[in-house]
Amino acid sequence: MRIDFEHRQAAHCESGVTRNLLYAASGGKITEPLAFGIGAGLFFAYIPFIKVNKGPAIAFRTFPGYIFKRTCKSLNIPVISKKFSSKEKAQAYLDARLEEGTPVGCQVGVYYLPYFPREYRFHFNAHNLVVYGREDDTYLVSDPIMEGTNTMSSYELERVRFAKGALAPNGHIYYPKQNVQITDDRLREAIKGGIKKNVFNMLYIPGSFAGVSGIRTTGEKIKKWRDKLGLEKAGLYLAQMVRMQEEIGTGGGGFRYIYAAFLQEADVYLPGNQLTRISGIFTKAGDMWRTAAVHAAGIYKGRIGSQDDFNVMGDYLLEIAALEKAAFETLKKIKWQ
Amino acid sequence: MKKDEVPQDLSSLGKITKEVCYATDSDGKYTTTLSSGWDVKITALDTAWDDIAKRIAAAKQQVLEGKASPVLFFMEYRLMDIGILAGYTGFWQWQVKRHLKPEVFRTLSNNKLQKYAGAFNITVEDLKTMTVHED
Repeated sequence: MRIDFEHRQAAHCESGVTRNLLYAASGGKITEPLAFGIGAGLFFAYIPFIKVNKGPAIAFRTFPGYIFKRTCKSLNIPVISKKFSSKEKAQAYLDARLEEGTPVGCQVGVYYLPYFPREYRFHFNAHNLVVYGREDDTYLVSDPIMEGTNTMSSYELERVRFAKGALAPNGHIYYPKQNVQITDDRLREAIKGGIKKNVFNMLYIPGSFAGVSGIRTTGEKIKKWRDKLGLEKAGLYLAQMVRMQEEIGTGGGGFRYIYAAFLQEADVYLPGNQLTRISGIFTKAGDMWRTAAVHAAGIYKGRIGSQDDFNVMGDYLLEIAALEKAAFETLKKIKWQ
Repeated sequence: MKKDEVPQDLSSLGKITKEVCYATDSDGKYTTTLSSGWDVKITALDTAWDDIAKRIAAAKQQVLEGKASPVLFFMEYRLMDIGILAGYTGFWQWQVKRHLKPEVFRTLSNNKLQKYAGAFNITVEDLKTMTVHED
């Protein structure tokens, strides 16, 4: 059976799945940027003790699963979310939902995802897609980063739903419980709540590894990478950072452009709060991240690589940290009209 | 980023799907547009794969010199570490570490070899002979 479901390509997998699952339920109100912003998706974290492909983990977005959960909660939409230890039960549960006509979100690992090109397959386990039907042994899959829909056999789907390693999905499945009417008032409150939460995450998480202070710490560390790691490894670390910042699923500029788009859309619901003007600061931040990426590419391509080049690289991040700090402080001070 | 500045450098993903980017139009209003890739991130990905290729080659050399079992080679080939491999096979990490030794690997039952073959998505024969089929 095939559930009536509109696949819409998105920049980011989780906000895309959230949008696709909520779009019809919300009467077409929830767009990807709104889901990303209400879910307080923007972030920065530098986590040296978690290794991704032998380098430090650097994240430009919030924790996996957070956007969907937060968006639904702010909009008063009840959510069902389940993990499984048994593969058989996970499949039976999925089949039962499809049988009753409910499209469901699934967390999956990317490594054995059959329609991904080999170059993009890493052991990254926080990818999200929607399953919206089954015909014999073939599942119908809507992966928001793909232009079209895809299919997977039951074995292929089981393998990615039970991928192993960090953030193992354990068959994680989630969906909004029912269609709820979302009023514009509710949406306005959700937008304010999302901005408030994002202000907290970027400005007030203690320690120097998360938010704006995380960007600053990373900038300082980059200046020392050349001496500490050697040119080759330092280049690898920079390449890794650029991939987390720009690779599929970010919308470009380390998610800063999606956030800028969110503020523009938010301005329509909450006019008179300067949100469009503040959106421009995030566009600038996104542009600066990309300028920094071009400089980083010079280093990992081996075109440049002096200590001065690393200093310039580090300074880019310090500059971005200052800009984003100012942007979030402006958001914090808004007296909502 | 302005819409007409969104890069269109063909990446290996771009051959299969274009990706959505958020960019501003001439009025400064956000819209989505498709990109087939960006040279800066294509080379970032190439850099990562060059490093992986080196690790795979080093593992292969160790197996050929009898210093490691083919499990090490396929572990690198599949971009896994001991934790991930333990997850896929159901072995403990200390068991996987033992199985990296050629002399221990040679004594493994077919049942255990099958678990590794399953994790690597290859046959037991390929595992023993370190044979790779591109997929």
